[in-house]
Formats: sequence, structure tokens, C-alpha cells
Amino acid sequence: MVNITIKSLTFGYNGSRILDGLDLVVEDSEVLGLVGPNGSGKTTLIKCIDKILKPKGSILIDGRDIEKVSRTELAKSLGYVPQSSSTPLATTVFDTVLMGRRPHISWRVSDSDLEKVADILELLHLEDLAMRDFSQLSGGQKQKVLIARALAQEPEVLLLDEPTSSLDMKHQLEVMETIASLVKDREISAVMALHDLNLACMFVDKLAILKGGKIFAAGKPADLLNAQNIRDVYGVEAVVMNNLDRPYIVPLRSLNEGTS
Amino acid sequence: MSLSRTEMMGQYKSCMSKRVLIFLGLALAILILGSIAVNLGSADLSIRDVSVAILAKFLPDHFESTRYANTIVWGLRLDRILMGIISGMGLAIAGAAMQGILKNPLASEFTLGVSSAAGFGAALAIVLGAGFAGGEYLVIGNSFIFTLIASFTVYGLAKYKGITPETLILAGIAIMYLFSAMTSFLQYVGHAEQVQEVVFWMMGSLGKSSWEKVGMISAILVVCLPYLVIKSWDINALGAGDETAKSLGVNVERTRVISMMLVSFITAGIICFTGTIGFVGLVAPHITRMVIGGDHRFLLPGSALVGALLLLGADTAARTLLAPVILPVGIMTSFLGVPFFVYLFMKRRKEFW
Repeated sequence: MVNITIKSLTFGYNGSRILDGLDLVVEDSEVLGLVGPNGSGKTTLIKCIDKILKPKGSILIDGRDIEKVSRTELAKSLGYVPQSSSTPLATTVFDTVLMGRRPHISWRVSDSDLEKVADILELLHLEDLAMRDFSQLSGGQKQKVLIARALAQEPEVLLLDEPTSSLDMKHQLEVMETIASLVKDREISAVMALHDLNLACMFVDKLAILKGGKIFAAGKPADLLNAQNIRDVYGVEAVVMNNLDRPYIVPLRSLNEGTS
Repeated sequence: MSLSRTEMMGQYKSCMSKRVLIFLGLALAILILGSIAVNLGSADLSIRDVSVAILAKFLPDHFESTRYANTIVWGLRLDRILMGIISGMGLAIAGAAMQGILKNPLASEFTLGVSSAAGFGAALAIVLGAGFAGGEYLVIGNSFIFTLIASFTVYGLAKYKGITPETLILAGIAIMYLFSAMTSFLQYVGHAEQVQEVVFWMMGSLGKSSWEKVGMISAILVVCLPYLVIKSWDINALGAGDETAKSLGVNVERTRVISMMLVSFITAGIICFTGTIGFVGLVAPHITRMVIGGDHRFLLPGSALVGALLLLGADTAARTLLAPVILPVGIMTSFLGVPFFVYLFMKRRKEFW
């Protein structure tokens, strides 16, 4: 079980700042949803946490600065799930998931590695696809395989970059249910960038709303998602209803506040 | 009905054993082709003469060969056959590794401009007689050194913008054109016979094989291959994208740079003796990938076997088809490899890259 403490994180390309002194804490065993408009820094934040990008500021995992942790060590605590659309792979599903064992193996694959891969494939109901080529799968299947690969790392935190983008309604729910139950069963945490606020409300324990590279607000979805915040962050006029004890957002129209 | 766990593991394991069987088959094919090749040639030796000459070396008490047969078999044929096998292995592994680390199906061991650099080194030695070493090693030394110069220049240029497949390939193209232009210039000012020698060198040939060279290439392979083999997982991870590779714990830049340098070293070590033998390093990995898939733990050794078979087959054809005329092996690799490659390419429906 780990917690992640992020302090005054700043990252940018050629002078433009994507993250601008961001602070955030991710607690044990929680699903944290990162929401916010395009370009607010959700994906960048996830990549910084996984040391894919090198920001200024500090990220501490259980008090240890990730700069001082080797990549392989980090890969044993953090599992990264990229957007499936960006991942072409000419290998079978089994081998793709086996690749997640990379931080734990040198060259030879032990029987216990194979068993672990088989466990995960069964857990995510992917056993029928095991010997299929990754490139032949549908979007939802690919997303699940990428989650399976991250799980094979046996991480304590899953980092997911828009895991439901380009999926239909059923697959969106399936993927989110999978993640939520993994977090509960394996006592891990998950940090995921999301666009769909209503989907987020169903599954996350905590929301962090990003705007302009900073945390605009963080807390329980019900406390944050109100008409005023949505107007301030997204520039959208919306009605927030209470539906089945969850906030439910109905967008009405976009506002051109800057020009009016 | 979903697959049971035993069925799934069974399928996986049988897929693994299939790969091992294919390797054994390929190794056997190399052995058979080698045995055929050692019996072919313009010198009129019977299979019996050849066998006795080979056995006499190992069991001198039991077999006695003629001096003539001994010279032909041990001095002309076997070293050339081994040179073909080992060069084919090296070039194919170099090509497979390069395609892997650059994530580009068109990459080969020559992508970073090394073939034109080696050609320039050879041309410099042949036309101007200038170089880093003297005597017999003038052409060899030059092409070796210039290959490494090209690699380091490509690395330096790419480093400036950040080491990615794109920067490496673009820098490689720039270096390739620079060295080709310089080679063309040397050919323009050179005498007809010098130009012919340069052209012949660039077609590639196993004609200057010797046991000494076989030994040197083997030594280079022994030094360079372990790293590439150990890093097979990391090269696999690179195929899933740099970001995914990093998240799996791979030191992306270091793996890419070290692999690239080793590939250049292997390539330099081979083509300085043989001239630029093209096609093997590009196509042997593709043929292997189409048959056993893209896992570099199997792709690298598989490519080595296919490359050896391809180059040995090409050289055997090159020296027997129009005998006593011996064609440059670089021509023959394409003539033999292309039909097979196209066949696999047309037959296979799955994506193989």
C-alpha cells in the first residue's frame, strides 16, 4: 500500500507550461479521477508520476523521491495503462501481458511468471483471447489487455490514461467495473484521467479537477460537481441533478466567456 | 465456453515448442546445405574425396586425404561456407535488432548510413590508396573505421535533438547521402579499373574468405550478441512505444544507443571483409517474423538461422550457377530471397509488423 505526494510540480515544452506548480496527494486504496478540459494537464500529470516525463518539483512515493528510484524498481510499484489507440503490437495477447513481467524477470521466464499471467487473463476473462494477436482485438478488448499487462507488473498503483475513450457504453462500464473491483480486491490505488464526468461519479472515490496545470479543486465528486465549478472549469452551462445519490451532469450549452 | 487454464497453458507451451522445432529444422537445413555446398565447385572432387578430406583432419590415423583435396576443401570451400553462415547470422541479427530498436520495418543494419560509409572507406583505399592501415588491411581497415565514424556521427547528430527513431533515421539518411556523394566523387576521378574494383566491392562477395576472418567475425559476434539477446525483453517493450517501455522499467535511450553501437560494430566487422552484402539484414528478420512472430527472444536467434541459410544458399548458387564464373553474392541474395519473401508476404493474412 502506498501513497503518492506531489509537490509544486511544473512541466512544460518550450516555455509553455502544462503543469504549473501542482500539488496533490493520492491516498492508499482509492480510485482518484483526474478530470478537466483538454490541455489541462491530466495526461501529462500521469506521465510525470510514472517518470516518463521529467518535471520540476517533487513526486514522493511512500516518502521516496521517484528521481532516486530506478525505473525497474518504479515499474514494480506503478503500472501504466496507455490509451489503447496508440499501441500497435504484433504479438499475442499472452505475450503482451507477459511483457508486464519485465520488471521482475531478466531473460528467462519462470513457470510462476506464466502462472501469474494466466491468473490475470482469467481474472479479466481474457483466456479465450490468449493466443490471438493483439492487433486483431476490438478497442474494448485491447484496453483490457493493456490493463492486464499493467497488472502483471503487480503494481500498487495503476495509472490509466483515459481508459474508456473510444469504447461503447457497455465496454466503458466493464472497464471501469474491472478497475474498481481490482482496487478493492488487491488493495491497490488507481489514478485515471477521465473525460466523462458522469462515469467518473459512478466509480471514483475522489476527484481532482485540473485547470491550467493546477488543481482547481479536489475532493468527493458530490462536493465538487456543481454548476458553478463546471462553468468555471469547462466554460459550460450545465444542470447538476442528484440522481441515485450521485451528481448527474446535464450540459446545456458552451459559454464564450472570454469574448462576451 | 471459455478455455480452461490447462488448455490455455497447453496452447502457449505448444506455440513455444513449435518455435524450438522450427529452429532445429533451420539448423538442420544449414547443415544439409553446407554439406551440399562443400561438394560443389569447379574442382572435380567426388563426395568420397571431400568426406575423406574432412575426416582426415579430425581422425588423421584412420583417414588419409590427398594434398589437393585437402587444399580445396579446407582452404577454399569450408572457410567460405563458414564465412557465409556466420556473416549471414551477424547481418540478420543486426538487421532484426535495428528494426526492433528503431520500430521501423524498413530499417536494416545499413539504415544509419553504414553501408555507404563502408563503401567510401573502401573507395578511398582503392582509388587514392589512403587509409588507416597498410597492406592487405588497407581496404578492410578503412571500411571498418568509416562505418564506425558514420555511426558515431549519426549518434552525435541525433543526440542533439534527442535520441528517437525519427532523429536516428533522419541523421542516418543525411550521413548516407554524404558518403555516397563522396564515393561517387572518388569514382568520378578514379581510373576505370579502380572504379570497377569499387563497384565490385560494393556488391559484396565471400571470395576473400579465410579462417582468420571467420575467427575475427566470430569473436565480434561473441562479444556483441549477449547484450542484444539479454535485452530481448527490452527491445520487445520498445516495440510497444517508448512510453510503455519506460513504464515497464526500460532505460529507453541507453538500450537504444548501446544496441545501435553494437549493431554497427557487428556490421562493420562483417562488411569490411565481405563488402556490402545487402538484403539479408532487411529480409531475414521479416521472413522470421512472418513465421514465428515478433518476440525478439525468438526473433533474434531465428533471424540468425534464416540469415545464415539465405547467405549460404545465395553464395552456393552464386558460385555454381554460372561456374566457373562466380557472381557477387550480393546479387544472388536478392534473386533467391525475393521470391520467398513475396510468397510469405502474399500468403500471410495476419499483420506481421
